[in-house]
Amino acid sequence: MLSQESLQQIDREIAKYPPDQKQSAVMAALRIAQVEKGWLPKELIEFVARYLEMPPIAAYEVASFYNMYDLEPVGRHKITVCTNLPCALSGGVHAAEYVKQKLGIDFNETTPDGKFTLKEGECMGACGDAPVLLVNNHQMCSWMTTEKIDQMLADLDKK
Amino acid sequence: MILAGCDGDRAWRLQDYVARGGYSALKRIVAEKTPQDAIIAELKASVLRGRGGAGFPTGLKWSFMPRSFPGDKYLACNSDEGEPGTFKDRDILRYNPHSVIEGMTIAAYAMGAARGYNYIHGEIFEIYQRFEDALAEAREAGLIGQNILGSDFSFELFAHHGYGAYICGEETALLESIEGKKGQPRFKPPFPASYGLYGKPTTINNTETFASVPFIMNMGGEAFLNLGKPNNGGMKLFSISGHVNRPGNYEIPLGTPFSELLEMAGGMRGGRKLKAVIPGGSSSPVLPGSVMMDCTMDYDSISKAGSMLGSGAVIVMDETTCMVKALERLSYFYFEESCGQCTPCREGTGWLYRVVHRIENGLGREDDLDLLNSVTANIMGRTICALGDAASMPVQSFVKHFGAEFAYHIENKKCLVPHEVQRAGSQIYVSPSC
Amino acid sequence: MLEIEIDGKQVQVDDGSTVMDAAALAGAYIPHFCYHKKLSIAANCRMCLVQVEKAPKPLPACATPVTNGMKVWTHSELAVKAQKGVMEFLLINHPLDCPICDQGGECQLQDLAVGYGSSASRYQEEKRVVFNKNLGSLVSTDMTRCINCTRCVRFTAEIAGEMELGQAFRGEHAEIMPFIEKTIDSELSGNIIDLCPVGALTSKPFRFAARTWELSRRRTVSPHDSLGSNLIVQTKHDVVKRVLPFENEEINECWLSDKDRFSYEALNSDERLAAPMIKQGGEWKRVDWQAALEFVATGLRGIAKDHGGDSIGALASPHSTIEELYLLQKLARGLGSDNVDFRLRQSDFRADGKRAGAPWLGMPVAGVKDLNRLLVVGSFLRKDAPLLAQRVRQATKKGLHVSAIGPNAEEWLLPVRHRALVAPSAMVSTLAQVVAALAEEKAGEVSVALVGKLPAQISEEARAIAQSLASGRKIAVWLGNLASQHERASELQMLAQEVARLTGGSFGFIGEAANSVGGYLAGAIPANGGLDAAAMIEQGRKAYVVLGAEPAFDFANPSAATAALGSAQLVVSLTAFDSASLRGVADVMLPIAPFTETSGTYVNCEGRVQSFNAVARSQGETRPAWKVLRVLGNLLSLEGFLQADSEAVREEALGTEPASRLGNAIEGIIVSAAAAPANALERVADVPIYFADPIVRRAGSLQKTRDAKAPAARIAPATLAALGIAEGDRVRVTQGAASAELVAQADPALAAGCVRIAAAHITTATLGAMSGELSLERA
Repeated sequence: MLSQESLQQIDREIAKYPPDQKQSAVMAALRIAQVEKGWLPKELIEFVARYLEMPPIAAYEVASFYNMYDLEPVGRHKITVCTNLPCALSGGVHAAEYVKQKLGIDFNETTPDGKFTLKEGECMGACGDAPVLLVNNHQMCSWMTTEKIDQMLADLDKK
Repeated sequence: MILAGCDGDRAWRLQDYVARGGYSALKRIVAEKTPQDAIIAELKASVLRGRGGAGFPTGLKWSFMPRSFPGDKYLACNSDEGEPGTFKDRDILRYNPHSVIEGMTIAAYAMGAARGYNYIHGEIFEIYQRFEDALAEAREAGLIGQNILGSDFSFELFAHHGYGAYICGEETALLESIEGKKGQPRFKPPFPASYGLYGKPTTINNTETFASVPFIMNMGGEAFLNLGKPNNGGMKLFSISGHVNRPGNYEIPLGTPFSELLEMAGGMRGGRKLKAVIPGGSSSPVLPGSVMMDCTMDYDSISKAGSMLGSGAVIVMDETTCMVKALERLSYFYFEESCGQCTPCREGTGWLYRVVHRIENGLGREDDLDLLNSVTANIMGRTICALGDAASMPVQSFVKHFGAEFAYHIENKKCLVPHEVQRAGSQIYVSPSC
Repeated sequence: MLEIEIDGKQVQVDDGSTVMDAAALAGAYIPHFCYHKKLSIAANCRMCLVQVEKAPKPLPACATPVTNGMKVWTHSELAVKAQKGVMEFLLINHPLDCPICDQGGECQLQDLAVGYGSSASRYQEEKRVVFNKNLGSLVSTDMTRCINCTRCVRFTAEIAGEMELGQAFRGEHAEIMPFIEKTIDSELSGNIIDLCPVGALTSKPFRFAARTWELSRRRTVSPHDSLGSNLIVQTKHDVVKRVLPFENEEINECWLSDKDRFSYEALNSDERLAAPMIKQGGEWKRVDWQAALEFVATGLRGIAKDHGGDSIGALASPHSTIEELYLLQKLARGLGSDNVDFRLRQSDFRADGKRAGAPWLGMPVAGVKDLNRLLVVGSFLRKDAPLLAQRVRQATKKGLHVSAIGPNAEEWLLPVRHRALVAPSAMVSTLAQVVAALAEEKAGEVSVALVGKLPAQISEEARAIAQSLASGRKIAVWLGNLASQHERASELQMLAQEVARLTGGSFGFIGEAANSVGGYLAGAIPANGGLDAAAMIEQGRKAYVVLGAEPAFDFANPSAATAALGSAQLVVSLTAFDSASLRGVADVMLPIAPFTETSGTYVNCEGRVQSFNAVARSQGETRPAWKVLRVLGNLLSLEGFLQADSEAVREEALGTEPASRLGNAIEGIIVSAAAAPANALERVADVPIYFADPIVRRAGSLQKTRDAKAPAARIAPATLAALGIAEGDRVRVTQGAASAELVAQADPALAAGCVRIAAAHITTATLGAMSGELSLERA
């Protein structure tokens, strides 16, 4: 269900924890699985659970609790814009509106070509960099003026 | 101090840290076999208080760890920074990760812990990867791992990432999360010092707290204390965001007047008037600007003014801010981030948000402010963890200090601050220096 | 001990007690939802907030440890204000659907809302809606009512042993659910219905069947497994509507297995035999009792006269009551026959006459918590004795080490430290190896009877088991159903006795049925050279009286039993159900009362005598079997059938000190270390939990569960591969002349060379013995 490379990454995560605490690696394992497959269908969550010898529902609890896991398919690029108060004071909401307008979608929607999904984010711990957004969970983009948003969308569009 | 001599993304590596004097404290402790008690005594003398928000004396916390307890003991570093307004740990880990590694290793030595985890906020994944790189460097150099620097002291340190849950900044939720579960806080007692990670004694400190340790060990506890003021020892990172000209982190001695800090941050954006400040992260009560201008940035002064220094996250709001809208966004945050475990928070945060939301949208009712006060009173002090209080304090303080603005909303079904003014005040703003 | 004052009342509590424990002692009621004495503490509902001296805020009684000199007020203004505040939060999203909620009348939320709730809601927004989940055929969900107390989640993880439910999502969106599209398959699942403090989880079979306040509540005892769980049977207009646990800490605690809880559906099924029936000229005809009983009396009297009393055999289900078993054996003996037995699935009877008393568990059920070493020999523990397995599961958390010997390693949901996975034919030699290793470990001498009988070679597993036992302090050896039904059961008993002797522990039998101990006490076994159950089938009798059993399902060898009964001159069946299996072989069917419609007595595995009264009206022409047997005795002019009531029968059967007649000691059995037959496939037969007796196999909702799936031919993967058979292939299984066609299935939990084929099922009823050689080929 997962590539050899992903499994090796998961094994490295498992090794961080005491031998009888494989479950500790579930957050990393779900992250690795999601990176490979784009989102977390139930079969994948069950696979990860079995791999870590934990009940599938316990893995599902984790996958549904932390909001960076995607339990539904998303576009090729997921853009998450922080609109929390400190960001909003420096244009977070405006930045989000600009992205919406550029992509023609609202929060929690995906462009018809399947390229972009837009999400509203909570505090990313980078309020000084407002406006801030995340690309595909792992790439943080700071000080996102409209020009930088244009550039970012253009770059992503090519990928 | 922690960020002194750092050069952005260019000087975070081991060699840079060593060039700045890094790891000298650890090397000396290991070479001299410094007694564990002496390290803790030094820390107590520094009056270092936990930098994560609660401000608990670190030396005292370390002394709670049952050092003689046979079997596993753990350390955890809380880098799950997700409290709106707080962004200091990200910079520490980005620019000076080895200070945290050294601090944790000294802590492990002092408390007899053989294993530690640094729990890093999921949204700063690149920082997590950097910390992994720094760990690899330290491991390679024999600064962590088995037989550190050739001694019989061993300490294994790993990074664990979050993935989008503010609540994991609560220390027992963080432990649950490391155990591979939902981040639902545990009820206390038992406290982590007796029943922590995997049920074993565990000490959890904030990133900045650990990062301060090497400096305290080098300069001495008393010298550190003297940087600040009595009971408020040392230097502290303040994260300033909002309507200032230069948002960012400023490392200053505790006790510095707020007005000076504001000055450092370039003053108010567009020269507009200061309206309100949330001085210690979104969970701390908001204070009117005038009150804030009389405060110094330390635990006692802010507490006297009716708020909390918290994590040192200062959110500055100017006259273009609608306080109802500001509270609505914060209330949505707590509603969104409640873990759902205990009743008052699970049910109450949504209720609070909905009431504030309807006031903001012109559907407020006459008795809504009483209702907000009553619902927050029913949440506060009744929940498993502090998130209930954290969700309630902004509501209570916003209503307390800006009640007239709320009443205006309810009565006139619109905002006191014209919509266009609000929009203009919160345009995309990036400081020229960025 | 700690001193604490609760509402002005001083109490002393053990160290480590919580305020909730102390309040229980002090008789102070603290409202609560998530707290449950058998579950871990969650402290999430916050309903039990109380005022504690010097504490700045109210504290949860369930999670607050008592400190010496603590003062607590459970109903002070501060406490009640906090409790009312929590109640308001619980109610804001709770639907106002009490009139159509099955929990109505027994709802903790409803009850407490009366005391702590307000008459109107300050919450004007739309209430939360949560989609229902399909948990299977037993538990119905109305998840919008859920208050997220997580009792059900904790139950599955902690008591049932497998986390089948969780709380997914977070905050206001948190919801209780199984893994996506999974049902709850635990054999203990029904307990979450009792645990749910609101109407989120209710009984599916009981759904909308009655309002709780219309129901009469009567106590009785479960007729199924050997534990004898205590039941509250609820009836409306004398019909059983629901079964709940009657809390008995020494037996079932506050739990019930699903079998005990949901089997009642069979009692109201249309398979009940409504009236006496006689087969005449191949046609079944309904007759009145008078005619039926006269037919039976005439028939039995005639056969006894023509062929001797010895030509009559009496066979009873071990689920029969003491009174029924006693009168049946008395009837047989009155007719001059010593051929009486209730051990229908047993195959080794060599221990008869060589045992000290009635075989039993050898220890009290409640004593499981004190064990620190347990060896289970030949058992399907979890499905054969769900609540006993549950006790073992809890004990393992407190240091009990469990070892197992047998051909099956299916999941017991508890840690098994050491396991010898061996074919049935190797069980005796494996246990003998454990004895030999123990003798070495303990530097003790083996009993004279075993000298020279023990194997020289000791396997690693056997040695590990011996070492585990030798390091114990409180030790028990249990022989499970597979051991009782084993072809060499008496040798296993001899060896278990030796393990117990060498370790200073106890040994005994888990027992197959509600009266597996009671049958011995009632004298329902041959005593004077009569035939045992197997011999009666093997040698054939002219007439049989069959009590509560079906030849296709309840015998060690169903094809042989069906053939033997089929060729008898007269088969009298006393049965609660109109059964195809009986119609095929019987000449008379007499409708007898199931446990709910008769008084009676069961003696459980620990030797506890539990009597009960009828809790429901007899259906149709049904009569209690003890009365039918008494009338028959009188019609046959036999002596001693004049008991006025069932109590008189019980006293006659059990005497004054039945406990003194328990005894597992055995002597005079020759143990042979004979090796297993090489290269032969061996049958392993379980009796699936929901086919084990005539009642449960007709319980509709239980029959829809995963445990009620039709059996396959389960084979260890390596053996399957060696046979060249693929999983999913249809195979023909042959035992001598008997055969059946089944689907092959790989079972990694099975010993090599074994084929696990369940007994007691229609698809396997054409097969022979539950153990021994078989052959298998692609069909």
